[in-house]
Amino acid sequence: MRMALLNEHVTAQVVEATEFPDLVRRFRVTGVPKTVVNGQVEILGALPEEAFVAQALAALPGRRPGTEDATLEPRAEG
Amino acid sequence: MFLDETQRRQVAEMLAPMTRPVRLAFGTQAFGCETCDDTKRLLRELSEVEPRVSVEEVNLVIDKDRAGALHLEVAPSVALLAVGDDGTEWDPGIRFIGIPAGYEFSSLLEAVLLVSTGQGVLADSSREQLARVTEPTAIQVFVTPT
Repeated sequence: MRMALLNEHVTAQVVEATEFPDLVRRFRVTGVPKTVVNGQVEILGALPEEAFVAQALAALPGRRPGTEDATLEPRAEG
Repeated sequence: MFLDETQRRQVAEMLAPMTRPVRLAFGTQAFGCETCDDTKRLLRELSEVEPRVSVEEVNLVIDKDRAGALHLEVAPSVALLAVGDDGTEWDPGIRFIGIPAGYEFSSLLEAVLLVSTGQGVLADSSREQLARVTEPTAIQVFVTPT
């Protein structure tokens, strides 16, 4: 959340996993916390801040962010 | 009631340092959402304890333009917006997907404070790395309430 606060290009979603089994399957969430960056980079478990930021951002340059996988599908309308 | 008296006092203390009002735009829908009612009650209670936190219901089916503008795509979901003196909104891009109860409620309170003050403390090295991000970067953290 702090990363989103400090950089306008970054968005942060906190996803309650038990309510969204489709997302859990799509991102192969087998334990929490699990972090997914741009639908691709995965970080398992809680890390100290500096390690988390480094891992979250390490693989970004050169990749096209905002892939389809990072978009949530709406639930059935009602 | 979700919050007992002790919890209400704790919430009030935690949010006391707020500097700007925060609007919680709550993405909801009438059908097919098991936790929307509970989420609504929880957010209302939070708003009762700290009046600088307001709740805006955004029906994903009826208020499509507003929901689209805020990227509220599933129910329940919450977007946190800081509100300036002139009513302008500042959206730092923080969303809660699913009911923010249990452990997530603490995260929501932290987020309210962050958005209100605009102050996020990160190590210098983290800030340096973050400053190099110039393209859209979506971070999703999967959690459970317990």
